[in-house]
Amino acid sequence: MSLFSQILQFLLTGITIGTIYGMVALGFNIIYNATGIINFAQGEFVMLGGMFMVWFTTVLKIPMIAAFALSVIMVTLIGALFERLAIYPLKRPSVLILIMITLAGSIIMKGSAMLFWGKETYTLPHFSGEEPFYLFGATILPQTLWILGIMFVVVIILAGFFNFTMLGKAMRACAVNPTAASLVGISVKKMVLLSFALSAALGATAGIIITPVALMEYDRGAILALKGFAAAVLGGLGNGVGAVVAGLLIGILESLGAGLISSGYKDAIALLVLLLVLFVKPSGIFGVSEASKLKEF
Amino acid sequence: MKKVFGVIVLGVWMLGAAGSVMAAEPYKVGAVFAITGPAAWLGEPERNTAKMIQEQVNAQGGINGHPLEIIIEDTVGEEAKAVMAVQKLINRDNVLAIVGPTRSGTTMAVIPIMEKAEVPLVSCAAAEAIVNPVRKWVFKTPQKDSDAAIRIYEKMKQLNISKVAIITSTEGFGMEGRKQLKRFAPEYGITIVADETYGPKDTDMTAQLTKFKGTDAQAIVNWAIVPGQATMIKNKKQLGMTIPLFQSHGFGNIKYARAAGDAADGVLFPAGRLLVADSLPADHPQKALLEKYKKDYEEKFKTDVSTFGGHAYDALNLVIAALRAVGPDRAKIRDYIENTKNFVGTGGVFNFSPKDHTGLTKDAFEMITIKGGKFLPAQ
Repeated sequence: MSLFSQILQFLLTGITIGTIYGMVALGFNIIYNATGIINFAQGEFVMLGGMFMVWFTTVLKIPMIAAFALSVIMVTLIGALFERLAIYPLKRPSVLILIMITLAGSIIMKGSAMLFWGKETYTLPHFSGEEPFYLFGATILPQTLWILGIMFVVVIILAGFFNFTMLGKAMRACAVNPTAASLVGISVKKMVLLSFALSAALGATAGIIITPVALMEYDRGAILALKGFAAAVLGGLGNGVGAVVAGLLIGILESLGAGLISSGYKDAIALLVLLLVLFVKPSGIFGVSEASKLKEF
Repeated sequence: MKKVFGVIVLGVWMLGAAGSVMAAEPYKVGAVFAITGPAAWLGEPERNTAKMIQEQVNAQGGINGHPLEIIIEDTVGEEAKAVMAVQKLINRDNVLAIVGPTRSGTTMAVIPIMEKAEVPLVSCAAAEAIVNPVRKWVFKTPQKDSDAAIRIYEKMKQLNISKVAIITSTEGFGMEGRKQLKRFAPEYGITIVADETYGPKDTDMTAQLTKFKGTDAQAIVNWAIVPGQATMIKNKKQLGMTIPLFQSHGFGNIKYARAAGDAADGVLFPAGRLLVADSLPADHPQKALLEKYKKDYEEKFKTDVSTFGGHAYDALNLVIAALRAVGPDRAKIRDYIENTKNFVGTGGVFNFSPKDHTGLTKDAFEMITIKGGKFLPAQ
């Protein structure tokens, strides 16, 4: 295999993994924008998405497309329920309390998944076969194209939602200044609920599309959340474009690091870049330092 | 309310009294397994096996009239929790012997306590470091990592393979395997042309495999105990790589083979004979025992048997055999296990000695292959 096609393969691999990190990072950002907190249960939404999809298709024998929709709906409901039960009742939420709550939520979700589905690793059939395409000596799975395509659609929908719909604009208003937003008649609590539902749906989608290639088990959430969080921070917390670009960057760095240097240092390379960027530009690649100063966290 | 409470207390007291009249003092054996946490899929079959054995032994009247009481503790796969569990079992429950822990790391952590308290330990973890150097009170039932590496290399010689790429997971089992693979390669005339790793929760290994593709490796060894090893097998197929793939005995779980799908066809790995019990010749010394364990386990728990539960099966049966022969005396139990010969278990036929606390040779491994989601003995 020539060096060129090797590097091409590393890039393709990196883009696939990076897309997932980017989607998890987007989920972090949606909630961060509405509430100013990091939702540590974000990785659990990804896990639940994959697990529901497996359960619906293999146990309940629901066709793929319906199962996809049902899984997203289930996880969205779980996300909304989580907000209603744990976040909504708080009288005076402080950042620290909110973080503890999301952490507890992630442990509960992980534990429930373990009790319900067991400790096994599950797999899903690929959406459209497992015959790889060849591209200058490198290979791409059809599933990779699905992952990239769905990510692309999701980003377009999200961008449209936040920039061109009243609801999306209202959510952004809450992010900028909750007090002013409520003064002009936006129900901040409703926006928080919506943000949890939206990021749960996003997480579930990510979980469903990666399960065929990456498998899924009850405790997979934490590591995906960690990488996604790194991408969110690297891109600048709250920045949508930043999340996607940083996710891809981390994925590609990991893959190139594993391929060209050593797989033992793969995670270290990605995290080292994260640290370096934060030393130079603490607000992240796309973050605006003035804006981040206004945030509590 | 008070009345109800009083009745309950009375009932419990009467039950206890009746119990002590009916049966002799129970023999207490501790069991420490990673029932939850990252090694849960190993600890769960071990816990199930322990429960099953306790039921079976007590249904047949116990050990010389004494009921067997197995006190099971969860280590979560963590060293600190394993140490706490072992201390509780020794100091509070006053157990006669302990089986487990599940993982090599947790076993190493509890060894000093066992040696000091002078309580026999029969570990269910594989690492050679547990019994090398030999420690007076410590035994183990899984086959040795070094023997797995030797069996893999022997098979490679048979297939005229001399250049291999190895990929191992970064947890204890994979690291130990990497050490053994590197240690025995020169002896078998094998050159390791690439040496890569992956994290236990990694979702993709194509980068490492792409690197292998650029070398002249004739085969790959994928040594891990985590589900990620199934992802690696799928990635290999995706990249269109056709060179033979060897797995370790950590692949001895049919669920991993199923997770890898048809990409796992033709994979070769050394493992205990439990996985191919049906295909063994009728006169094989292990056949009857393996089929009984497999049948009992699968009927009771409605799930596939795995070699890991088998390690607990062997460990407990060794302790039970000792209790039956010498009674409730820790030192005598230890001596009995150390001198056990021709003990047929799921892992092989054990022959312990003061110099060998594993009791198994490389013949305990069978080379196994996969065809259509089923384990078969390799030709």
